[in-house]
Parts: sequence; C-alpha cells; structure tokens
Amino acid sequence: MTKNIMIVGVGGQGTLLTSRIIGKTALEMGLDVKISEVHGMAQRGGSVVTFVRFGEKVSEPVVEEGQADVIIAFERLEAMRYSHFLKKDGVLVVNDCRIDPMTVVIGAKQYPENIIEELSKKHTVYAIDGQKIALELGNSKVLNSVVLGFSAKHIGFDKETWLSVVESTVPQKTIEINKKAFTEGYDTIK
Amino acid sequence: MANKTIMLGNEAIARGAYEAGVKLSSAYPGTPSTEISEYLAKYDEVYTEWAPNEKVAAEVAIGASISGVRSLACMKHVGLNVAADPLYTFSYTGVNGGSLFVVADDPGLASSQNEQDTRMIARAAHVPVLEPSDSQEAKDFVKYGYELSEKYDTPVILRTTTKLAHSQSAVELCDRVEVEDKTYERQVQKYVMMPASAIGRHLVVEDRENRMALDSASFPVNKLEINDRKIGFITCGIAYQYVKEACPNASVLKFGLVNPISKKLVEEFVNQVETVYVFEELEPVIEEQVRAWGFEVKGKECFTRQGEYSANLLRRVIYGKDEAVFEKQEAPNRPPILCPGCPHRSVFSVLNKLKIHASGDIGCYTLGAVAPLGVIDTTICMGASISALHGMEKARGKEYVKNWVAVIGDSTFLHTGINSLINMVYNKASGTVMILDNRTTGMTGHQDHAATGKTLKGEETNAIDLAELCHAVGVKNVIEVNAFDVEKLTAVVKESVNSDELTVIITKSPCVLLKGQKFPNKCVADPEKCKKCGMCLKIGCPAITKQADGTIKIDETMCNGCGLCKNYCKFNAIETVVR
Repeated sequence: MTKNIMIVGVGGQGTLLTSRIIGKTALEMGLDVKISEVHGMAQRGGSVVTFVRFGEKVSEPVVEEGQADVIIAFERLEAMRYSHFLKKDGVLVVNDCRIDPMTVVIGAKQYPENIIEELSKKHTVYAIDGQKIALELGNSKVLNSVVLGFSAKHIGFDKETWLSVVESTVPQKTIEINKKAFTEGYDTIK
Repeated sequence: MANKTIMLGNEAIARGAYEAGVKLSSAYPGTPSTEISEYLAKYDEVYTEWAPNEKVAAEVAIGASISGVRSLACMKHVGLNVAADPLYTFSYTGVNGGSLFVVADDPGLASSQNEQDTRMIARAAHVPVLEPSDSQEAKDFVKYGYELSEKYDTPVILRTTTKLAHSQSAVELCDRVEVEDKTYERQVQKYVMMPASAIGRHLVVEDRENRMALDSASFPVNKLEINDRKIGFITCGIAYQYVKEACPNASVLKFGLVNPISKKLVEEFVNQVETVYVFEELEPVIEEQVRAWGFEVKGKECFTRQGEYSANLLRRVIYGKDEAVFEKQEAPNRPPILCPGCPHRSVFSVLNKLKIHASGDIGCYTLGAVAPLGVIDTTICMGASISALHGMEKARGKEYVKNWVAVIGDSTFLHTGINSLINMVYNKASGTVMILDNRTTGMTGHQDHAATGKTLKGEETNAIDLAELCHAVGVKNVIEVNAFDVEKLTAVVKESVNSDELTVIITKSPCVLLKGQKFPNKCVADPEKCKKCGMCLKIGCPAITKQADGTIKIDETMCNGCGLCKNYCKFNAIETVVR
C-alpha cells in the first residue's frame, strides 16, 4: 500500500526540508518514493504544500483529496485549508501556531477561531506547540525537527532510522540540536 | 542499487546532460527550470553560465553546437518566446554537435504570467519535442534527445512541466560518456540563413519531420500498453502518472516524442481499444492531430485546458466521482507576500503614499500589485514596464505620466529592460524609471547576473554598474538612493515625475534573503504608546499583526529590523532595538 503524507504550511517555514527527510527515510527502507515540492512565487510567505508518497511502486507524485494518511500542518489555518485531503481515518498533526495571512492583517478577513477544536470533531488531530519546544532548546529554527519527531510515529519507521536521516540531512553544525528536537517531539507522543 | 538515488526532475535533467557528454549550457533563470543550471554547474566537465536572457542563452548553445559540441539551453515557457527567433531558424540550420533546449511549462501558474503550451511553438518551428513523466525518464530522455538531435540533424526540445521539474523520484545513475567533438566544416548552405540557402533548408526541415513521424513508431520513448480493451488513453508527460493512478487497468498509448507523433501507433491503438481518451495538460496538441487523421477520440470536451491535471479529475470523468471524503473548508486566502525587511516594500510604500501608479514587471516586486500596497497597475512580460510607460507617454502626453513610474528589478532590467530604456532616450521620453536593485535574481531563488560580480560557477567577474550603463545610453538624470531612506526616496520620486526630463532612480538595497547578511536589529512595538491607528499595517509587513485589543505586535522571529514601520508610526510607538 502506498502511504500518502502531506506537509503544509507558510512559505519559509521549512516544509521542503521536512518532506525531504521523510522521503529520504522511506528510501532508506528500500521503498519507492516520490516527493512533490513548491518553488518560486508561493515560497514568499504564501500557502505551501509538499507531498511525499512511498510504497512498493508509486505513480503520481502528488496526494489528492481523500488520500492523505497523514497531514503535517505547520500552522493552524493551513491545517484547516488542506484538511479535506485526509482519508476517512487519516491523521492530522498540527503545529499550534498562528500566522496571519495578509487578508487578515489588513482586516479583509477574520482568522477563524477554535480551528483545532473544530477539526477534532471530524478528524484525529494531534497538536503540539513546536515553537515553544524549539525556543526552549535554544533555536527557533529546529521547529521542523520537533514537528517531524511528533509526526514520526504516524508515518512509520523506527526512531533510529529517522535520527540517522536527520543527521545526514541537516547542516553539520546543527546535527545535535536537531536530533534533540526530533527526540523531544517524538517522546511527546506516548 | 548503489547507483540509485532520488532526484528532482530538474536535477535528473542536469545529470542527463552530464552523462550525455554535454560541454556547454547557457540559461536564464525561470521557475520551474532554474535548478537545472544550478545542478549542472556542480559538474566541472560542463561549462555552464547565466545569460542575460533566453535569446542569448539559445544563441550561445547554437554557436557551441555549430562548433561541434553537445550543447544545452534551459528556460521556462515564456523564455522560449524570447528565444523563439533563434529557435525557428536553428530548426532550418540543424546542428553539428547535438543541441537540446529544455523548456519548462507551468500549467496551474505556480509562478508565471500565462499558461502557454510549448508544444504549440515547437510544432510551428518544426522542432521535435520529448516529454518525460518522471525523473528517471527526464534523465534518459535528455540522453536520447542528443541521439535524435545528431541523427536527424535538428535541435530537440525537452518539455517539462512544474510537477515534473519539482518532483523527486528514483533515478539510476550512469557514468559520463565523453563525446568527441564533431569536425567543423564551413557550409554556407547549411549555416548562413539567407534566402537562397533557407529555401533549400525549408525542404530539409519538412522531410526531416516526415521521416521522424514515420520512424517514431519504433522509438523506445513511445510506449503502447494494451490492457483493458474497453477503455484507453493517449497521454504524455506527468498526465501518464495520473492515468496509471486512476485507471491502472486501462490501455495506454504514452508518447515520449510528443511532436511529431506516430500515426502508426495511434492507428494500432485506436483499432484495439473501444473508447479512447486523449489526456494531455494544456492545449489539445495530440488530440487535434489524432482527430485530423480521422480517428474518433474524446478529449478537451471532457478535460480542461486550464491548470494541472490530477487523478481525481480523471476519476470524476471516468467514474463520475473522485476520492474526496470531506468537504473543503472555507479558509482565508494566503497569497504570497513580500518578505519582512524586503526593500521593495519600502519603495512601494512611498509610491502608495504619493498615489503614483506603477507600470510593473516580472519578479518578486510584482507583488506590489496586491493590497495593501497596491501600486502596480500592469504586468505583461520581462522588460515591459519601461516600454509600456513610454507608450503611455507617447499616446497621452507628458502630463499623463506625471503620476506614473516604471518599476523593474536589476536582473529583469538587464534581461530586456535596457532595450526599452534605449528606446525612451532615443525617442525623447520624459518618464521616470525605477530600477529596484536588490543585487540578485530574487523570485527564482537568488541567481547571479551580469551586475552582481559573480558567475553561475561562483567565480568573480565584472559587475556592470547600472548607473553607468544608464548614463552610457544617454540618460542624464540617474539617481541612486537607499531603498529604506524613505524621506530622500519620496523627494526624489516627487521631483522626477514632475520633471520633463527622463530620470532613472536606482534604489539600492540587497534582497533580505541573500546569504551572508546580518540583521542585528529588530523592531519592537510599545503597547502603551500604540494608538491603534493601524498606519503601520498599511505597509503590509507579515511580521506586524493587530492583537485582540487593537494594539499591534511585531513578531520577533520574522522581523529583520528594517525599520520601515517606524516611519509610519506618528506616535513613536515602534522602536528599533539591538537583538
């Protein structure tokens, strides 16, 4: 069976790196992998989505509506925007943070209230304040690793494989803190 | 397995060129083609460069081919418009060393101004087109493209689309095969396209295309898979993957060579399959050809010409429903925006305040069209900002452009803006042109250009001085100003638009995302002093948000400390502090 993962967020949040780590981990396990990324204009603070699919043989590189096993959302509003991509029993992992889109900043639209509560009525939702944990570790940039660690059990594979891929993917100087961040996120889920 | 890895479509194309023994590549950045050159630049065996525009890149590749080596030019779909002039005639001359143009289409407009289909231009230019459907094919088709190019004496286009260019999938690596340089011989009839020789070459082009169409029935890039005989698809590129996903048992005729296509294969397929759909993104290029031959197929009456295709689109047409389980939620849009600390924001905030219209261009600064800055009124193509402003002035008179400026980035100015500026000088224009010089090609991900002092390979080189360049073509008033010096910028813009003299204002501040910069400061809002007037929100900085009580908050991780917001706060509620 092909496993379908989506990573959604705001351009600049590092969704690309997260999807590459997931893809690499699946590849490490000897699976066929396809990853679809977003480059260009949308990366400038826009809504971004990347897809990772892995299994015995993968055809299309994107995940479509009704197919996502796991959605990793780096922001609440983006979780809401893409939640309809979930399968019936899909899992939604949300980094509990709010980034106002320009439509909200200028007062043209309201940022929806109680997003996580509302989404939990329909879907299995796991939320984490990744930013807080990252700051406690001393580097806000390891947010991705916290959220990835928090999502890892829903994606599959064992902790050691994940950690070895994190190690071989992130910049040399940040290996230790990223591994720590991954572990923090991972251990949050019992 | 050791040689198997996962690669972006664009990386696989670069790898293919490397393995094929390509010795030269020239390109201008353009999403979704940019990364090909960046990956290729890592191979020492290949000379790679950024050219100022796609026409130059194409001509460089043509020269290399005539001299006898395998050459490459890369561009996005609209770049091919710029390079169309050399392409049409390169089709006549043919090649010496094999030559490939990689052209990346953008169905769905991830980062483009239109959705044109490269196959239409290729058909008009009588140039064969290969279209891969994953990274492995991307690499293989590049190598096959060079074989075809040399065998049939023609330039070849490798067409990709955004999904292919920016998706990663498995690729098996091979070694580079060095190709011996072809001997160069002077052949006026082949390489000098004046009427007497071009008349003869046109016949060669027609004959070549006919031969390819016949031969391509046995080309390995075309695949005929007969499965369920009730339903079948004629398809190509990434659309093939959607067919495999949604209708895995259907019969498929997958064209790898999408221009010209093989009539024999179509005939064979249509004769064995009951209902045949043509499933191709954008224009009905294959469909029209198949119908012109008299075969009955379904196509664009079922599938749109717009945007990217999907397996769900196919499911809805074939099965009457897709796989969606949940309803789409109404969420406020999140369009792309200028980054915190972006110098363009400062320029646009000044223009907004002065109620000036901007004739815009292609780059990050196109985002100056949207709220709350909303100063850009037109965006057509690379370089058009300057010429369109000139057209307005000549059509409506000097007074008309006194509340207009043209805005163009440094890279775009060197691409095709300079020609338009020469036209303004030559034809005695009075308008104001603003070059937003952020020292890079920003939108495509920070590529160097002729004014940055660095080559694609990272070597030091001459950096064109934009002010001197403008002086040299005859602009008398050239003013350089720091983009964040709001006071000076305001005064300069006011004076320039009211003057009857052509003026170029160069705003100089590096892109905030350029590497190696330090941002020691951050801006902090004092809730005690904040009067909730919302003026600072009018610059549209994503780091500034209004809180529930109406006061504003500046996100310290997003803020780069540019201090622009401070200029707009009348109550001194915003301070710049050291981090």
